[in-house]
Amino acid sequence: MSEPMKNYEVTFIVDPVLSGDEIKSTAQTYVKHLESEGCTIVHNDEMGLRQLAYPINKRTSGIYYSVEFSATTGDVISKMELALRRDERIMRFLTIKLDKYGVKYNDDKRNGLIGKKRDEEQEEEKEAKPAPRKAAPKAPAPKPEPKAEAKAEEE
Amino acid sequence: MANKDDIKFLSNPNIGQKRKKYCRFRKYGIRHIDYKDPDFLLQFVNNQGKILPRRITGNSLKYQRKVAIAVKRARHLSMLPYVTDLLK
Repeated sequence: MSEPMKNYEVTFIVDPVLSGDEIKSTAQTYVKHLESEGCTIVHNDEMGLRQLAYPINKRTSGIYYSVEFSATTGDVISKMELALRRDERIMRFLTIKLDKYGVKYNDDKRNGLIGKKRDEEQEEEKEAKPAPRKAAPKAPAPKPEPKAEAKAEEE
Repeated sequence: MANKDDIKFLSNPNIGQKRKKYCRFRKYGIRHIDYKDPDFLLQFVNNQGKILPRRITGNSLKYQRKVAIAVKRARHLSMLPYVTDLLK
């Protein structure tokens, strides 16, 4: 390995009007395309049918695919993007380069570590929130004392 | 006579104090922000889908930039809207 492998991730939305087999074959086309170009497919994630936030080509939903792969050169990207752009079945796509944290994140997500992490965070936040409330009632407590002293002094 | 030490307790000193903001990414050690997770990114946009400023979210500059990029990527993939009303 003379050159280090770079990690990329391509996410694309497939037209939901197609039949189930066509959708799968569309996704497989690009996976095979990448493999034939000498890339290593790290993971092929089918995220499934999702509601779009805004309509694209008069469609309100789409099937999301996310393919993580590593390649030695970036030349494959432009070839793949050209193919994606020409394909009418692909509604939208996005290719990004993953840094080392991105690779680790995807790895953890596949092993189910991320979901737990989120839960822990929420618990921590819940725990953190009541703490100031507990502290707050303590503060007004010394309030009557100075008043009493002030009255005493007035007398 | 009440001296200065007594007077400062006549009003609750904790009223009007703001809770210290912090960067959640630094606090919890999140190094990568996933653009494919719109529910998480929803915390960083307002009702109209605009990215919230750092002075409200409390993010550090490094992670605010990453949040902004992630939100923009999510918008491109139609996971977050570009313009909307009553998002939340």
